[in-house]
Amino acid sequence: MKPAPFEYYAPTTVEEALSHLAEHGDDAKVLAGGQSLIPMMNFRLVQPSVLVDLNNIPELSYIRPVENGGLRLGAMTRHHQVEIDALVAERAPLLHETMPKIAYSQIRSRGTFGGSVSHADPSAELASVSVALGGSFRLQSQNGERWVPANEFFVGLFTTVLEPGELLVEAALPSMPVRSGWSLMEVARRPHDFALVGVAAVVSLDENNLCQQAQMVFLSAGDVPMVAHKAIESLTGQAPSPKVIQAAAEIAASEDIDPGSDIHATAEFRRHLANVLARRALEQAFKRAGDNQ
Amino acid sequence: MQNLFDLAVTVNGTRYEHAVEPRTLLSDFLRHDLGLTGTHVGCEHGVCGACTVLLDGSPVRSCLMFAVQTHGHEVTTIEGLGTIDHLSPIQEAFQEAHGVQCGFCTPGILTTVKSFLEQNANPSEAEIREAISGNLCRCTGYQHIVDAVQLAAEKMRA
Ligand SMILES: Cc1cc2nc3c(=O)[nH]c(=O)nc-3n(C[C@H](O)[C@H](O)[C@H](O)COP(=O)(O)OP(=O)(O)OC[C@H]3O[C@@H](n4cnc5c(N)ncnc54)[C@H](O)[C@@H]3O)c2cc1C
Ligand code: FES
Ligand code: FES
Repeated sequence: MKPAPFEYYAPTTVEEALSHLAEHGDDAKVLAGGQSLIPMMNFRLVQPSVLVDLNNIPELSYIRPVENGGLRLGAMTRHHQVEIDALVAERAPLLHETMPKIAYSQIRSRGTFGGSVSHADPSAELASVSVALGGSFRLQSQNGERWVPANEFFVGLFTTVLEPGELLVEAALPSMPVRSGWSLMEVARRPHDFALVGVAAVVSLDENNLCQQAQMVFLSAGDVPMVAHKAIESLTGQAPSPKVIQAAAEIAASEDIDPGSDIHATAEFRRHLANVLARRALEQAFKRAGDNQ
Repeated sequence: MQNLFDLAVTVNGTRYEHAVEPRTLLSDFLRHDLGLTGTHVGCEHGVCGACTVLLDGSPVRSCLMFAVQTHGHEVTTIEGLGTIDHLSPIQEAFQEAHGVQCGFCTPGILTTVKSFLEQNANPSEAEIREAISGNLCRCTGYQHIVDAVQLAAEKMRA
C-alpha cells in the first residue's frame, strides 16, 4: 500500500460531487484522471483524507460546438478523446496539434482536460494553450458558478483561483479570427516528457498583411503560463518580417519570461531555447495566417 | 482499518468479487490479491510503463489507478494475451524476433502493442517507435522490439 488511507466517494452527478466537496471542504480532493494526483499520493506528497472521484459522472465528458465557432469541453474529457476528435481538429487546430505532445498514450487514455488545467503545472501544455486561445473556465460550487478567463485562472505554481468546494466543470475555447495562424513548439529531453521550454503562438493578419493580433504564451518558463506581453506589443501593427520576428523572440526570451534552473536545464539555457522556439513558432504561425483565407 | 469496498471486476474474462481498500492500486490488486504477477511494477509514478494493462481495451498505467475504479469494467493483463501452449501472435513475434531480454518491460510493451495493432494493422517504423515511447526498456535498445512489432503486425494481417 503506497497512498495513505482515504475515504472514497464515486458520485454519478455533478450535484452529488459538489455536495461531497462542500461537506468535506479542505480535506477533500477531486480525483480526475489521476495521472498527476496518484503519483503524488504514491509518494505521499499529498495525503487527502477524502477523495471524490469524478470518473462516473458522464455529464462532465463531452466536446460540443458552439454557434459562434468555438468549442466547449467538459472537465472529464480525456486527452485521448480530444486528440482524435474531428471537431477539435477543425475548430481548434492548435489544440489538435498539441495533444500528442502531452505524455504517452497510456497517460492520455486517463488524463483529463479539467485535471490538467486544475493541477496548474507550469509545464502543462493545456494551461498555456488555453491562455493562448483566449479560453475560459466555468467553476461551480454549491453556492453557484462563475466563469474565469484562463489568463486569470493560474495564480502561482500549482495554484489556481479554485476555492475549496469548487469544481472546474467546463472549458470554453473561442474560435480563432479569420486569417489567423498558430504554432506550438517545445523541446523535451525525450519525446513526450514534460518540456524544458515550450511556446504556444496565435497570430492574425489584417487586409494589408500586418499583424493584427498576436498572442504568445510560454510553458516551463515561470510559475504560471507566461504571456509574452512585451514581445506581443512589438509585433502588433507590424509586417511580420524575419527581422521583426527575431526581435520579438529576443524580447520574449529576455524580458517576458522567468525560467528557473533545475537538474534538467539552467535558466540561461531555457532562455536560449525560448528565443529559438519563439522565432520558429512565430514564423510558422505567420506563414499559416498568410496561407489561410 | 478502513472501510472496504466490494469490487466486482472482470479480469482476462474471469469475473472477480473482492473486498478492497480504496487506496489499493490496481497494480497491487492484480499482483497481490489476484496473484497475476505478470504485470510488473517499476516506478509507480507513471514513467516506466512496465505496469501497463488494458482497461476496456485502452492501455493505462495500473500504478496510476485505484482498483476500486475498475468496478464494473474489464481489465486485460499480459496473462490474458495467450498461454504457454497457445501464444498470441504478438507473443510469438517477440519470441522469434528476440524482442525480450530480461523481460521486465515486456508485459507492459505487449499490452500496449496489442491495443496499438488493433488500431493500426500496418504501422511504419516511426509509428511503432511512437507507440512504445511510453515504455522504457533497459536491455534491448528497442531495435528488436520494433522488429518484433513489425513481425507481429505481419502475423496478425496474415
Ligand atoms: C509520466 C507522465 C508524463 C506526463 N507528461 C505530461 C506532459 O508532457 N504534459 C502535460 O501537460 N502533462 C503531462 N502529464 C500530466 C497529465 O497530463 C495529467 O493527466 C494531468 O496533469 C492531470 O490531469 P488528470 O485528469 O490526470 O488529473 P488528476 O491527477 O486527477 O488531478 C490533478 C489535480 O487537479 C485537481 N482536479 C482535477 N480535476 C479537477 C476539476 N475538474 N476541478 C477541480 N480540481 C480538479 C485534483 O484534485 C488534483 O489536485 C504527465 C503525467 C505522467 C504520469
Ligand atoms: S510502474 Fe506504473 S509506470 Fe512504472
Ligand atoms: S527486456 Fe529488460 S527491460 Fe526490456
